[in-house]
Amino acid sequence: MVNTQVTLSGLTLDNPVIPASGTFGYGYEFAEIYDINCLGSFSFKGTTREPRFGNPPPRIAETASGMLNAVGLQNPGIDKVIGEELPKLRRVFHKPVVANISGFSVEEYAECCGRIDREEGVGIIEVNISCPNVHCGGMSFGTSPESAAEVTRAVKAVTTKPVYMKLSPNVTDIAAIARACEDAGADGISLINTLMGMRIDLKRRAPVIKNTTGGLSGPAVFPVALRMVWQVYNAVKIPIIGMGGVTTADDVIEMMLAGATAVEVGAANLVDPLASKKIVEELPHVMERLNIENLTDIIGGAHNG
Amino acid sequence: MRNEVFTLRSNREIAKNTFEMTLSGDTSGIAPGQFVNIRLDGFYLRRPISVCDYSEGSLTLIYKVVGHGTEYMSSLTQGARLDLLTGLGNGYDTAPSGERPLLIGGGAGVPPMYALAKALISEGKMPTVILGFNSAGEVFYEDEFKALISDTYVTTADGSYGIRGFVTDAMDRVRYTYFYTCGPEPMLRAVYGKSVTSGQFSFEERMGCGFGACMGCTCRTKYGNKRVCKDGPVLTKEEIVW
Repeated sequence: MVNTQVTLSGLTLDNPVIPASGTFGYGYEFAEIYDINCLGSFSFKGTTREPRFGNPPPRIAETASGMLNAVGLQNPGIDKVIGEELPKLRRVFHKPVVANISGFSVEEYAECCGRIDREEGVGIIEVNISCPNVHCGGMSFGTSPESAAEVTRAVKAVTTKPVYMKLSPNVTDIAAIARACEDAGADGISLINTLMGMRIDLKRRAPVIKNTTGGLSGPAVFPVALRMVWQVYNAVKIPIIGMGGVTTADDVIEMMLAGATAVEVGAANLVDPLASKKIVEELPHVMERLNIENLTDIIGGAHNG
Repeated sequence: MRNEVFTLRSNREIAKNTFEMTLSGDTSGIAPGQFVNIRLDGFYLRRPISVCDYSEGSLTLIYKVVGHGTEYMSSLTQGARLDLLTGLGNGYDTAPSGERPLLIGGGAGVPPMYALAKALISEGKMPTVILGFNSAGEVFYEDEFKALISDTYVTTADGSYGIRGFVTDAMDRVRYTYFYTCGPEPMLRAVYGKSVTSGQFSFEERMGCGFGACMGCTCRTKYGNKRVCKDGPVLTKEEIVW
Protein backbone atom coordinates (compact mmCIF):
# COMPACT_ATOMS: atom_id res chain seq x y z
CA MET A 1 0.00 0.00 0.00
CA VAL A 2 1.42 3.35 -0.99
CA ASN A 3 0.81 6.51 1.01
CA THR A 4 -0.38 9.48 -1.05
CA GLN A 5 -0.86 11.83 1.90
CA VAL A 6 0.94 15.16 2.01
CA THR A 7 0.90 17.92 4.62
CA LEU A 8 0.70 21.63 3.85
CA SER A 9 1.41 23.80 6.90
CA GLY A 10 -0.19 21.31 9.28
CA LEU A 11 -3.12 20.50 6.97
CA THR A 12 -2.94 16.87 5.87
CA LEU A 13 -4.42 16.08 2.45
CA ASP A 14 -5.37 12.57 1.32
CA ASN A 15 -3.40 13.26 -1.84
CA PRO A 16 -1.58 16.24 -3.36
CA VAL A 17 -4.09 16.82 -6.19
CA ILE A 18 -5.83 20.21 -6.03
CA PRO A 19 -7.84 21.63 -8.96
CA ALA A 20 -6.57 25.15 -9.57
CA SER A 21 -8.52 28.34 -9.07
CA GLY A 22 -10.51 29.46 -12.09
CA THR A 23 -10.73 26.00 -13.62
CA PHE A 24 -13.09 24.43 -11.11
CA GLY A 25 -15.61 27.16 -10.30
CA TYR A 26 -17.01 26.40 -6.84
CA GLY A 27 -16.97 22.68 -7.55
CA TYR A 28 -20.62 22.06 -8.49
CA GLU A 29 -20.13 21.52 -12.23
CA PHE A 30 -17.69 18.73 -11.46
CA ALA A 31 -19.73 17.31 -8.60
CA GLU A 32 -22.39 16.58 -11.26
CA ILE A 33 -20.14 13.97 -12.84
CA TYR A 34 -17.98 12.63 -9.99
CA ASP A 35 -17.60 12.70 -6.23
CA ILE A 36 -15.08 15.50 -5.83
CA ASN A 37 -14.26 14.35 -2.29
CA CYS A 38 -11.62 12.11 -3.87
CA LEU A 39 -9.50 15.25 -4.36
CA GLY A 40 -6.85 16.42 -1.90
CA SER A 41 -8.60 19.80 -1.88
CA PHE A 42 -9.57 22.38 -4.46
CA SER A 43 -8.91 26.06 -4.95
CA PHE A 44 -12.09 27.98 -5.62
CA LYS A 45 -12.65 30.75 -8.14
CA GLY A 46 -10.62 33.88 -7.37
CA THR A 47 -12.67 36.17 -5.19
CA THR A 48 -12.51 39.95 -4.83
CA ARG A 49 -14.27 42.41 -2.53
CA GLU A 50 -16.67 43.69 -5.20
CA PRO A 51 -18.55 41.55 -7.73
CA ARG A 52 -16.77 41.60 -11.09
CA PHE A 53 -18.05 40.92 -14.60
CA GLY A 54 -14.50 40.49 -15.85
CA ASN A 55 -13.30 41.27 -19.35
CA PRO A 56 -15.44 41.55 -22.50
CA PRO A 57 -15.53 38.49 -24.78
CA PRO A 58 -13.84 36.78 -26.53
CA ARG A 59 -11.88 35.74 -23.47
CA ILE A 60 -10.46 32.44 -24.74
CA ALA A 61 -8.02 31.42 -27.47
CA GLU A 62 -6.47 28.09 -28.30
CA THR A 63 -2.70 27.65 -28.60
CA ALA A 64 -0.38 24.76 -29.35
CA SER A 65 -0.71 22.46 -26.32
CA GLY A 66 -2.56 25.03 -24.33
CA MET A 67 -4.90 27.97 -24.15
CA LEU A 68 -5.05 31.66 -23.37
CA ASN A 69 -7.66 33.15 -21.10
CA ALA A 70 -8.50 36.69 -20.17
CA VAL A 71 -11.48 36.10 -17.92
CA GLY A 72 -10.40 38.99 -15.70
CA LEU A 73 -11.40 37.70 -12.27
CA GLN A 74 -15.12 37.39 -12.89
CA ASN A 75 -16.65 36.54 -9.52
CA PRO A 76 -19.75 37.39 -7.48
CA GLY A 77 -17.80 39.27 -4.79
CA ILE A 78 -16.89 38.16 -1.27
CA ASP A 79 -20.32 38.78 0.30
CA LYS A 80 -22.02 36.42 -2.12
CA VAL A 81 -19.16 33.90 -1.98
CA ILE A 82 -19.47 33.70 1.81
CA GLY A 83 -23.26 33.93 1.87
CA GLU A 84 -24.17 31.67 -1.05
CA GLU A 85 -21.29 29.84 -2.72
CA LEU A 86 -19.53 28.45 0.36
CA PRO A 87 -22.69 26.94 1.91
CA LYS A 88 -23.47 25.29 -1.46
CA LEU A 89 -19.87 24.15 -1.84
CA ARG A 90 -19.89 22.54 1.62
CA ARG A 91 -22.74 20.32 0.53
CA VAL A 92 -20.66 18.77 -2.28
CA PHE A 93 -17.16 18.95 -0.77
CA HIS A 94 -16.46 17.95 2.80
CA LYS A 95 -12.73 18.65 3.09
CA PRO A 96 -11.01 21.98 3.75
CA VAL A 97 -10.80 24.11 0.58
CA VAL A 98 -8.17 26.50 -0.68
CA ALA A 99 -9.70 29.98 -0.71
CA ASN A 100 -8.29 31.99 -3.61
CA ILE A 101 -8.41 35.73 -2.96
CA SER A 102 -7.49 38.58 -5.26
CA GLY A 103 -7.52 42.32 -4.92
CA PHE A 104 -6.76 45.76 -6.25
CA SER A 105 -5.21 47.28 -3.14
CA VAL A 106 -3.35 46.04 -0.07
CA GLU A 107 -6.38 46.96 2.04
CA GLU A 108 -8.72 44.94 -0.17
CA TYR A 109 -6.49 41.86 0.07
CA ALA A 110 -6.38 42.19 3.85
CA GLU A 111 -10.14 42.75 4.20
CA CYS A 112 -11.11 39.77 2.02
CA CYS A 113 -8.52 37.42 3.51
CA GLY A 114 -9.53 38.44 7.03
CA ARG A 115 -13.15 37.64 6.27
CA ILE A 116 -12.52 34.34 4.48
CA ASP A 117 -10.18 33.29 7.31
CA ARG A 118 -13.20 33.06 9.64
CA GLU A 119 -15.11 30.74 7.32
CA GLU A 120 -15.56 27.13 8.31
CA GLY A 121 -14.16 24.77 5.72
CA VAL A 122 -11.39 27.07 4.54
CA GLY A 123 -8.08 25.25 5.02
CA ILE A 124 -5.63 27.50 3.24
CA ILE A 125 -5.81 31.06 1.92
CA GLU A 126 -4.18 31.38 -1.50
CA VAL A 127 -3.47 35.03 -2.23
CA ASN A 128 -3.41 35.73 -5.94
CA ILE A 129 -0.91 38.51 -6.55
CA SER A 130 -0.41 37.37 -10.11
CA CYS A 131 -3.53 37.76 -12.28
CA PRO A 132 -2.25 38.98 -15.67
CA ASN A 133 -5.72 39.93 -16.95
CA VAL A 134 -6.71 42.91 -14.84
CA HIS A 135 -5.42 46.37 -15.53
CA CYS A 136 -4.62 47.58 -12.07
CA GLY A 137 -3.80 45.50 -9.05
CA GLY A 138 -3.56 41.78 -9.72
CA MET A 139 -0.18 40.92 -11.15
CA SER A 140 1.39 44.26 -10.29
CA PHE A 141 1.59 43.16 -6.63
CA GLY A 142 3.44 40.01 -7.60
CA THR A 143 6.09 41.53 -9.81
CA SER A 144 8.20 43.23 -7.15
CA PRO A 145 9.54 41.74 -3.91
CA GLU A 146 8.52 44.86 -1.97
CA SER A 147 4.86 44.89 -2.97
CA ALA A 148 4.58 41.09 -2.66
CA ALA A 149 5.93 41.40 0.89
CA GLU A 150 3.58 44.27 1.66
CA VAL A 151 0.50 42.23 0.69
CA THR A 152 1.84 39.23 2.61
CA ARG A 153 2.35 41.24 5.79
CA ALA A 154 -1.08 42.84 5.54
CA VAL A 155 -2.81 39.49 5.05
CA LYS A 156 -0.81 37.70 7.75
CA ALA A 157 -1.73 40.44 10.25
CA VAL A 158 -5.44 39.63 9.95
CA THR A 159 -5.49 35.85 9.44
CA THR A 160 -4.97 32.69 11.46
CA LYS A 161 -4.97 30.10 8.68
CA PRO A 162 -1.99 29.25 6.46
CA VAL A 163 -1.38 31.92 3.81
CA TYR A 164 0.05 30.87 0.45
CA MET A 165 1.12 33.60 -1.93
CA LYS A 166 0.37 32.77 -5.57
CA LEU A 167 3.16 34.10 -7.74
CA SER A 168 3.41 35.27 -11.33
CA PRO A 169 5.91 33.75 -13.75
CA ASN A 170 6.05 37.08 -15.61
CA VAL A 171 9.05 38.28 -13.59
CA THR A 172 12.81 38.30 -13.93
CA ASP A 173 13.61 36.74 -10.54
CA ILE A 174 10.92 34.49 -9.10
CA ALA A 175 13.21 33.38 -6.25
CA ALA A 176 13.61 36.94 -4.94
CA ILE A 177 9.84 37.41 -4.82
CA ALA A 178 9.30 34.07 -3.10
CA ARG A 179 11.96 34.93 -0.52
CA ALA A 180 10.33 38.31 0.11
CA CYS A 181 7.02 36.56 0.77
CA GLU A 182 8.67 34.07 3.12
CA ASP A 183 10.45 36.85 5.02
CA ALA A 184 7.12 38.69 5.32
CA GLY A 185 5.58 35.66 7.01
CA ALA A 186 3.97 33.66 4.19
CA ASP A 187 3.28 30.02 5.14
CA GLY A 188 3.76 28.78 1.61
CA ILE A 189 4.11 29.66 -2.06
CA SER A 190 1.80 28.74 -4.96
CA LEU A 191 3.22 28.94 -8.45
CA ILE A 192 2.86 29.55 -11.31
CA ASN A 193 -0.04 31.69 -12.46
CA THR A 194 -0.39 31.96 -16.26
CA LEU A 195 2.22 33.37 -18.62
CA MET A 196 1.18 36.44 -20.58
CA GLY A 197 0.64 35.75 -24.26
CA MET A 198 -1.50 36.60 -27.27
CA ARG A 199 -2.88 35.27 -30.55
CA ILE A 200 -3.87 37.21 -33.68
CA ASP A 201 -6.81 36.28 -35.91
CA LEU A 202 -5.39 36.21 -39.45
CA LYS A 203 -8.69 37.02 -41.16
CA ARG A 204 -9.61 39.93 -38.90
CA ARG A 205 -5.95 40.99 -38.47
CA ALA A 206 -6.72 41.67 -34.83
CA PRO A 207 -6.03 39.97 -31.50
CA VAL A 208 -8.27 36.93 -30.92
CA ILE A 209 -8.85 37.99 -27.32
CA LYS A 210 -10.68 41.27 -26.80
CA ASN A 211 -8.32 42.12 -23.93
CA THR A 212 -5.44 41.72 -26.47
CA THR A 213 -3.37 39.60 -24.08
CA GLY A 214 -4.29 36.60 -21.99
CA GLY A 215 -2.69 34.10 -19.67
CA LEU A 216 -1.18 30.97 -21.21
CA SER A 217 -1.84 27.65 -19.48
CA GLY A 218 -1.85 23.98 -20.36
CA PRO A 219 0.97 21.51 -21.09
CA ALA A 220 2.83 24.22 -23.05
CA VAL A 221 3.81 25.93 -19.77
CA PHE A 222 4.72 22.81 -17.75
CA PRO A 223 8.52 23.02 -18.25
CA VAL A 224 8.52 26.71 -17.31
CA ALA A 225 6.45 26.02 -14.20
CA LEU A 226 8.69 23.11 -13.24
CA ARG A 227 11.81 25.26 -13.58
CA MET A 228 10.29 27.97 -11.38
CA VAL A 229 9.21 25.47 -8.71
CA TRP A 230 12.79 24.20 -8.76
CA GLN A 231 14.20 27.72 -8.31
CA VAL A 232 11.77 28.63 -5.54
CA TYR A 233 12.49 25.36 -3.71
CA ASN A 234 16.13 26.37 -3.64
CA ALA A 235 15.23 29.82 -2.34
CA VAL A 236 12.73 29.17 0.48
CA LYS A 237 12.01 26.71 3.29
CA ILE A 238 8.20 27.02 3.27
CA PRO A 239 6.10 24.51 1.29
CA ILE A 240 5.30 24.99 -2.38
CA ILE A 241 2.12 24.20 -4.27
CA GLY A 242 3.32 23.64 -7.83
CA MET A 243 1.12 24.18 -10.87
CA GLY A 244 1.25 24.93 -14.58
CA GLY A 245 0.24 22.44 -17.26
CA VAL A 246 -0.07 19.45 -14.94
CA THR A 247 -2.09 16.82 -16.84
CA THR A 248 -1.02 13.38 -15.59
CA ALA A 249 0.08 11.64 -12.39
CA ASP A 250 3.58 11.55 -13.88
CA ASP A 251 3.47 15.35 -14.02
CA VAL A 252 2.50 15.41 -10.33
CA ILE A 253 5.54 13.30 -9.44
CA GLU A 254 7.76 15.52 -11.58
CA MET A 255 6.49 18.68 -9.85
CA MET A 256 7.08 17.09 -6.45
CA LEU A 257 10.60 16.00 -7.39
CA ALA A 258 11.26 19.64 -8.32
CA GLY A 259 10.12 20.70 -4.85
CA ALA A 260 6.33 20.90 -4.69
CA THR A 261 4.53 19.49 -1.63
CA ALA A 262 1.17 19.56 -3.43
CA VAL A 263 0.16 20.15 -7.01
CA GLU A 264 -2.66 22.08 -8.63
CA VAL A 265 -4.30 20.94 -11.85
CA GLY A 266 -5.66 23.75 -14.02
CA ALA A 267 -6.46 23.81 -17.71
CA ALA A 268 -6.64 19.98 -17.84
CA ASN A 269 -9.98 20.18 -15.97
CA LEU A 270 -11.44 22.27 -18.78
CA VAL A 271 -10.67 19.86 -21.62
CA ASP A 272 -11.35 16.73 -19.59
CA PRO A 273 -13.74 17.32 -16.69
CA LEU A 274 -12.56 14.03 -15.18
CA ALA A 275 -8.86 14.97 -15.38
CA SER A 276 -8.27 15.57 -11.66
CA LYS A 277 -10.12 12.40 -10.69
CA LYS A 278 -8.09 10.38 -13.19
CA ILE A 279 -4.85 11.81 -11.77
CA VAL A 280 -5.92 10.87 -8.21
CA GLU A 281 -6.69 7.32 -9.38
CA GLU A 282 -3.51 7.01 -11.43
CA LEU A 283 -1.21 8.30 -8.70
CA PRO A 284 -0.90 5.09 -6.57
CA HIS A 285 -0.12 3.06 -9.71
CA VAL A 286 2.58 5.50 -10.79
CA MET A 287 4.02 5.42 -7.26
CA GLU A 288 4.19 1.62 -7.35
CA ARG A 289 5.83 1.72 -10.76
CA LEU A 290 8.44 4.15 -9.45
CA ASN A 291 8.89 2.39 -6.08
CA ILE A 292 7.61 5.34 -4.10
CA GLU A 293 6.10 4.29 -0.78
CA ASN A 294 5.47 7.66 0.82
CA LEU A 295 4.79 10.54 -1.49
CA THR A 296 6.28 13.03 0.99
CA ASP A 297 9.66 11.28 0.63
CA ILE A 298 10.11 12.58 -2.91
CA ILE A 299 9.51 16.29 -2.31
CA GLY A 300 12.50 18.07 -3.81
CA GLY A 301 14.04 14.67 -4.50
CA ALA A 302 15.58 15.72 -7.82
CA HIS A 303 17.76 18.27 -6.04
CA ASN A 304 19.88 15.46 -4.58
CA GLY A 305 20.41 13.75 -7.92
CA MET B 1 -23.36 16.60 -18.83
CA ARG B 2 -22.15 13.18 -19.87
CA ASN B 3 -18.79 12.05 -21.23
CA GLU B 4 -19.35 9.47 -23.98
CA VAL B 5 -17.37 7.92 -26.80
CA PHE B 6 -19.16 8.03 -30.17
CA THR B 7 -18.32 6.22 -33.41
CA LEU B 8 -18.44 8.15 -36.65
CA ARG B 9 -20.83 6.65 -39.19
CA SER B 10 -20.76 9.25 -41.97
CA ASN B 11 -19.26 12.64 -42.67
CA ARG B 12 -20.21 14.37 -45.91
CA GLU B 13 -20.24 17.85 -47.41
CA ILE B 14 -23.87 18.89 -47.88
CA ALA B 15 -23.26 22.52 -48.94
CA LYS B 16 -20.32 24.83 -49.42
CA ASN B 17 -17.93 24.25 -46.45
CA THR B 18 -20.81 22.66 -44.55
CA PHE B 19 -20.63 19.05 -43.34
CA GLU B 20 -23.13 16.64 -41.89
CA MET B 21 -21.65 14.13 -39.44
CA THR B 22 -23.61 11.19 -38.09
CA LEU B 23 -22.38 9.36 -35.01
CA SER B 24 -23.51 6.40 -32.99
CA GLY B 25 -23.34 6.39 -29.20
CA ASP B 26 -25.31 7.08 -26.06
CA THR B 27 -27.59 10.05 -26.72
CA SER B 28 -29.52 9.92 -23.46
CA GLY B 29 -29.96 13.31 -21.87
CA ILE B 30 -29.61 15.28 -25.13
CA ALA B 31 -32.28 17.95 -25.79
CA PRO B 32 -33.04 20.37 -28.67
CA GLY B 33 -30.89 23.49 -28.58
CA GLN B 34 -28.11 21.85 -26.61
CA PHE B 35 -24.61 21.25 -27.91
CA VAL B 36 -21.85 18.70 -27.67
CA ASN B 37 -18.15 19.44 -27.10
CA ILE B 38 -15.83 17.29 -29.18
CA ARG B 39 -12.25 16.41 -28.39
CA LEU B 40 -10.03 16.32 -31.48
CA ASP B 41 -6.56 14.81 -31.74
CA GLY B 42 -3.93 17.53 -31.90
CA PHE B 43 -6.17 20.32 -30.63
CA TYR B 44 -6.10 21.40 -27.01
CA LEU B 45 -9.61 22.74 -26.65
CA ARG B 46 -12.76 20.87 -27.58
CA ARG B 47 -15.02 22.10 -30.39
CA PRO B 48 -18.60 22.97 -29.38
CA ILE B 49 -21.14 21.93 -32.06
CA SER B 50 -24.91 22.31 -31.80
CA VAL B 51 -27.12 19.24 -31.95
CA CYS B 52 -28.98 18.97 -35.27
CA ASP B 53 -30.83 15.71 -34.71
CA TYR B 54 -30.75 12.74 -32.38
CA SER B 55 -32.55 9.53 -31.65
CA GLU B 56 -31.71 6.58 -29.44
CA GLY B 57 -28.11 5.68 -30.27
CA SER B 58 -27.74 8.15 -33.13
CA LEU B 59 -26.57 11.77 -33.28
CA THR B 60 -26.41 14.15 -36.25
CA LEU B 61 -24.24 17.26 -36.23
CA ILE B 62 -23.91 19.86 -38.95
CA TYR B 63 -20.88 22.10 -38.84
CA LYS B 64 -19.21 24.69 -40.97
CA VAL B 65 -15.49 24.53 -41.67
CA VAL B 66 -14.22 27.81 -40.25
CA GLY B 67 -10.74 26.97 -38.96
CA HIS B 68 -8.18 24.23 -38.40
CA GLY B 69 -10.29 22.29 -35.90
CA THR B 70 -13.39 22.02 -38.07
CA GLU B 71 -11.16 21.35 -41.10
CA TYR B 72 -9.69 18.39 -39.23
CA MET B 73 -13.22 17.26 -38.29
CA SER B 74 -14.16 17.26 -41.98
CA SER B 75 -11.30 14.83 -42.70
CA LEU B 76 -12.53 12.20 -40.23
CA THR B 77 -13.87 9.00 -41.74
CA GLN B 78 -16.22 6.17 -40.82
CA GLY B 79 -15.20 4.24 -37.73
CA ALA B 80 -13.36 7.15 -36.08
CA ARG B 81 -13.98 7.24 -32.33
CA LEU B 82 -14.69 10.63 -30.77
CA ASP B 83 -14.75 11.72 -27.14
CA LEU B 84 -17.83 13.91 -26.62
CA LEU B 85 -19.28 15.83 -23.72
CA THR B 86 -23.03 15.72 -24.32
CA GLY B 87 -26.09 17.36 -22.84
CA LEU B 88 -24.39 20.77 -22.63
CA GLY B 89 -26.33 24.02 -22.33
CA ASN B 90 -29.92 24.71 -21.37
CA GLY B 91 -31.56 24.09 -24.77
CA TYR B 92 -34.85 25.49 -26.01
CA ASP B 93 -37.93 25.52 -23.82
CA THR B 94 -40.91 24.36 -25.92
CA ALA B 95 -43.51 25.14 -23.24
CA PRO B 96 -44.22 28.78 -24.22
CA SER B 97 -44.37 28.12 -28.00
CA GLY B 98 -48.15 28.39 -28.51
CA GLU B 99 -49.83 26.69 -31.46
CA ARG B 100 -47.80 28.23 -34.29
CA PRO B 101 -44.18 28.82 -33.32
CA LEU B 102 -41.79 30.31 -35.88
CA LEU B 103 -38.30 28.84 -36.22
CA ILE B 104 -35.63 31.09 -37.75
CA GLY B 105 -32.20 29.68 -38.54
CA GLY B 106 -29.36 31.44 -40.30
CA GLY B 107 -26.36 29.61 -41.80
CA ALA B 108 -24.64 27.58 -39.08
CA GLY B 109 -27.69 28.43 -36.93
CA VAL B 110 -29.98 26.27 -39.07
CA PRO B 111 -29.08 22.83 -37.59
CA PRO B 112 -30.51 23.27 -34.06
CA MET B 113 -33.87 24.22 -35.62
CA TYR B 114 -34.21 20.68 -36.93
CA ALA B 115 -34.34 18.82 -33.60
CA LEU B 116 -36.48 21.64 -32.22
CA ALA B 117 -38.96 21.34 -35.12
CA LYS B 118 -39.29 17.62 -34.45
CA ALA B 119 -39.85 18.21 -30.74
CA LEU B 120 -42.52 20.86 -31.37
CA ILE B 121 -44.31 18.68 -33.91
CA SER B 122 -44.32 15.76 -31.49
CA GLU B 123 -46.09 18.07 -29.02
CA GLY B 124 -48.80 18.77 -31.61
CA LYS B 125 -47.60 22.28 -32.49
CA MET B 126 -47.60 23.57 -36.08
CA PRO B 127 -44.28 25.32 -36.64
CA THR B 128 -43.22 27.46 -39.59
CA VAL B 129 -39.54 27.66 -40.46
CA ILE B 130 -37.39 30.29 -42.17
CA LEU B 131 -33.89 29.25 -43.23
CA GLY B 132 -31.47 32.01 -44.21
CA PHE B 133 -28.27 31.63 -46.23
CA ASN B 134 -25.88 33.89 -48.10
CA SER B 135 -26.27 32.22 -51.48
CA ALA B 136 -27.63 29.13 -53.27
CA GLY B 137 -24.41 27.13 -52.80
CA GLU B 138 -24.73 27.33 -49.02
CA VAL B 139 -28.33 26.10 -48.77
CA PHE B 140 -28.79 22.82 -46.89
CA TYR B 141 -31.54 20.77 -45.24
CA GLU B 142 -34.37 22.43 -47.21
CA ASP B 143 -35.81 19.03 -48.16
CA GLU B 144 -35.36 17.65 -44.64
CA PHE B 145 -37.29 20.59 -43.17
CA LYS B 146 -39.96 20.39 -45.89
CA ALA B 147 -40.53 16.75 -45.02
CA LEU B 148 -41.45 17.91 -41.51
CA ILE B 149 -43.00 21.32 -42.20
CA SER B 150 -44.80 22.40 -45.38
CA ASP B 151 -44.38 26.08 -44.38
CA THR B 152 -40.64 26.18 -44.98
CA TYR B 153 -39.17 29.41 -46.40
CA VAL B 154 -35.63 29.79 -47.70
CA THR B 155 -33.96 33.16 -48.11
CA THR B 156 -30.61 34.02 -49.68
CA ALA B 157 -28.90 37.36 -49.18
CA ASP B 158 -27.84 37.53 -52.83
CA GLY B 159 -31.16 36.29 -54.17
CA SER B 160 -29.61 33.29 -55.91
CA TYR B 161 -32.19 30.98 -54.32
CA GLY B 162 -35.60 31.32 -52.66
CA ILE B 163 -36.66 34.67 -51.30
CA ARG B 164 -34.15 37.44 -51.92
CA GLY B 165 -32.96 39.08 -48.73
CA PHE B 166 -32.66 38.18 -45.07
CA VAL B 167 -34.71 35.99 -42.76
CA THR B 168 -36.43 39.16 -41.55
CA ASP B 169 -37.81 39.70 -45.08
CA ALA B 170 -39.65 36.40 -44.80
CA MET B 171 -40.92 37.10 -41.28
CA ASP B 172 -43.57 39.50 -42.74
CA ARG B 173 -45.26 36.56 -44.44
CA VAL B 174 -45.78 34.54 -41.30
CA ARG B 175 -48.24 34.75 -38.42
CA TYR B 176 -46.77 33.18 -35.33
CA THR B 177 -47.43 32.75 -31.63
CA TYR B 178 -43.77 32.63 -30.50
CA PHE B 179 -40.35 32.26 -32.10
CA TYR B 180 -37.05 30.44 -31.75
CA THR B 181 -33.88 31.58 -33.49
CA CYS B 182 -30.20 30.77 -33.94
CA GLY B 183 -27.68 32.39 -36.25
CA PRO B 184 -24.98 35.06 -36.51
CA GLU B 185 -25.36 37.95 -34.08
CA PRO B 186 -26.35 40.58 -36.71
CA MET B 187 -29.21 38.29 -37.73
CA LEU B 188 -30.26 37.76 -34.11
CA ARG B 189 -30.35 41.53 -33.59
CA ALA B 190 -32.46 41.98 -36.73
CA VAL B 191 -34.86 39.25 -35.62
CA TYR B 192 -35.05 40.86 -32.19
CA GLY B 193 -36.06 44.15 -33.79
CA LYS B 194 -38.54 42.65 -36.23
CA SER B 195 -40.26 40.14 -33.98
CA VAL B 196 -43.77 40.85 -32.67
CA THR B 197 -43.93 38.11 -30.01
CA SER B 198 -41.69 36.78 -27.30
CA GLY B 199 -39.07 34.24 -28.27
CA GLN B 200 -35.79 32.47 -27.56
CA PHE B 201 -32.34 33.20 -29.02
CA SER B 202 -29.40 30.83 -29.15
CA PHE B 203 -26.00 32.52 -28.82
CA GLU B 204 -22.48 31.60 -29.77
CA GLU B 205 -19.25 32.52 -27.96
CA ARG B 206 -15.68 31.28 -27.82
CA MET B 207 -15.64 28.76 -25.00
CA GLY B 208 -12.99 27.24 -22.80
CA CYS B 209 -14.67 24.26 -21.18
CA GLY B 210 -18.29 24.32 -22.43
CA PHE B 211 -19.72 23.19 -19.09
CA GLY B 212 -19.65 26.26 -16.88
CA ALA B 213 -16.31 25.99 -15.09
CA CYS B 214 -14.00 28.55 -16.68
CA MET B 215 -16.20 31.66 -17.07
CA GLY B 216 -14.72 32.06 -20.56
CA CYS B 217 -18.02 32.82 -22.32
CA THR B 218 -19.94 35.00 -19.87
CA CYS B 219 -22.44 37.55 -21.18
CA ARG B 220 -24.56 40.20 -19.48
CA THR B 221 -28.32 39.77 -19.28
CA LYS B 222 -31.07 41.77 -17.61
CA TYR B 223 -31.05 39.13 -14.88
CA GLY B 224 -27.32 39.19 -14.24
CA ASN B 225 -24.27 37.52 -15.76
CA LYS B 226 -24.84 34.24 -17.56
CA ARG B 227 -22.43 31.68 -18.92
CA VAL B 228 -23.36 31.10 -22.57
CA CYS B 229 -22.29 27.44 -22.26
CA LYS B 230 -24.14 26.55 -19.08
CA ASP B 231 -26.92 29.10 -18.38
CA GLY B 232 -27.35 29.52 -22.19
CA PRO B 233 -26.82 29.19 -25.07
CA VAL B 234 -30.56 29.95 -25.21
CA LEU B 235 -31.71 33.25 -23.74
CA THR B 236 -35.21 34.69 -23.81
CA LYS B 237 -35.98 37.91 -25.66
CA GLU B 238 -36.83 39.60 -22.37
CA GLU B 239 -33.44 39.02 -20.76
CA ILE B 240 -31.12 39.95 -23.64
CA VAL B 241 -28.83 42.97 -23.37
CA TRP B 242 -27.28 43.81 -26.76
